[in-house]
Amino acid sequence: MTSTANDYQPSEVELARRAFRLERKRKSTWIAIASTLGFAVIVGFGLVSTPGWSRVTESFFNVEIGIEAFPRIIEGLWLNIRVLFFTSISVVIVGMLFALLRTLRNPVFFPLRLFAHGYVDFFRGLPLIITLYLVGFGIPGLRLEWLGRIPVEVLGTVALTLTYSAYVSEVFRAGIESIHPSQRLAARSLGLSYGKSMRLVVLPQAIRRVAPPLMNDFVALQKDVGLISVLGAIDAVRGAQIEVAKYANFTPYILSGILFVLLAIPTVRFTDRISRKLAQREQTGSAL
Amino acid sequence: MTEIDWSKPRLLARGIRKSFDDRVILDSVDLEVYPGQIVALIGSSGSGKSTLLRCLNLIEEINDGQIWLEGEDISAPGVDQDRIRQEVGLVFQSYNLFAHLSILDNITLALRHVQGKSKAEAEEIALQWLGRIGLADKAQSFPDKLSGGQQQRTAIVRAVALNPKLLLLDEVTSALDPELVGEVLDLIKDLKQSGTTIVMATHELSFARDVADWVIFLDKGLIAEEGEAAEFFRNPKQPRTKEFLARLTAR
Ligand SMILES: Nc1ncnc2c1ncn2[C@@H]1O[C@H](COP(=O)(O)OP(=O)(O)OP(=O)(O)O)[C@@H](O)[C@H]1O
Ligand SMILES: [Mg+2]
Repeated sequence: MTSTANDYQPSEVELARRAFRLERKRKSTWIAIASTLGFAVIVGFGLVSTPGWSRVTESFFNVEIGIEAFPRIIEGLWLNIRVLFFTSISVVIVGMLFALLRTLRNPVFFPLRLFAHGYVDFFRGLPLIITLYLVGFGIPGLRLEWLGRIPVEVLGTVALTLTYSAYVSEVFRAGIESIHPSQRLAARSLGLSYGKSMRLVVLPQAIRRVAPPLMNDFVALQKDVGLISVLGAIDAVRGAQIEVAKYANFTPYILSGILFVLLAIPTVRFTDRISRKLAQREQTGSAL
Repeated sequence: MTEIDWSKPRLLARGIRKSFDDRVILDSVDLEVYPGQIVALIGSSGSGKSTLLRCLNLIEEINDGQIWLEGEDISAPGVDQDRIRQEVGLVFQSYNLFAHLSILDNITLALRHVQGKSKAEAEEIALQWLGRIGLADKAQSFPDKLSGGQQQRTAIVRAVALNPKLLLLDEVTSALDPELVGEVLDLIKDLKQSGTTIVMATHELSFARDVADWVIFLDKGLIAEEGEAAEFFRNPKQPRTKEFLARLTAR
């Protein structure tokens, strides 16, 4: 923009400084590579030289059995992914609903607020596995004819939603409460109704702010969908279990574990990125 | 300047009372604001200036008294408060702008979602106002990229763009660096020229003297003294007023 910017030449001192920084950076990269390699060699050697190492490789890292078990595990993983998809959507909806209920201040809504409070406390405290058993075996146990036979993956989705929406509603609520009250007042003083102030001003800011913890819960959910196997759903974990029994070898477990980790990596990286971006934004924000 | 119709106040308040947990903050405050006037509220910290402005905007519920806007009792229980707040704009000391919206979207939000204007229509109005305060090139910027003075001017323009019957300004310059205060005060002067009716709480006494029509000195929730601006500053009557003015001008 300024005309002097084009004529600008870095001074000798600055050039020397840049060269020094570049050199230092190169050096630290080499040191990092060397130490990583050294560390890997030591750990690898330590493992291989343990007395049981060959037995462990045989029963946990058997490539042939891994290949044999792969189709069934992948098919199971596809079920996990579908459950993950529907659970995520219902968790966001139910979680947001309870968060909004808890922010209502009007005494008329006291019973709703109380209910939301109780719900959140209960399902945050109840171990997920017990929620799964209660829903998975309890609901069919009611023998409601009109419901028909509910597939186990649907019951699993319901149970996961109950637990996770309790956590996520707390995240949303924290986000809503972190928005400076002046923002809501400014919206109201422009004539926006309570609902519109919430929808157009408070929530967009709150959701941005809680995106990192929300993604964190999503990563946790990604692996917890594997727990629907306790209800008998043939997912990746249950699939692996069947293969383990067939070959009397643990490799299928390792394989399904690796697949879950691979599934989580993109989300984890993405979470890191947006967290960093948000942190930068907060820092450049002025005081006003 | 618009002719002042002395028979019809834009805003009339009688016996406003407000207390928080038994602590009386406003005690029977009367107020009259005529179209095109600027009324300045002065008083030491905690005297109730902000509380009074918030009561007039219905953000705070009054405990007694009545408020009329152009003859309509806006303190009546059944009144649609959101509609009144469109007519009575309020700008605070800070945190006015919506951080997630661009400057343009900040101004168009209420035009579109409260007044129901189309996007194009709202943006035309917003750009006109931004042009008037010299910020047209910042339309797409986000609030955190603007100086404090630019933010406050945007906040004021956002309220004025709704064409309110009354604009309430609560110490809009007190969070600003001294060199930025001038540009905000210039905008207020400009608004007065075009006939906007304003009640402002302020610590800028020389501005109140030069630009306001009427000055009200609040002390412990009571109007201790009020008067026509020039006369008020030239010749304060109450000892409390004299003391307050002496303290502020001595700084
Ligand atoms: N929501 C509230 N709850 C309880 N007390 C309040 C509340 N809002 C204001 N007050 C009290 O009311 C009194 C008047 O406050 P107010 O903000 O109106 O003063 P002010 O004249 O605007 O002061 P300043 O010049 O510092 O802005 C203060 O003592 C304050 O503590
Ligand atoms: Mg105040």
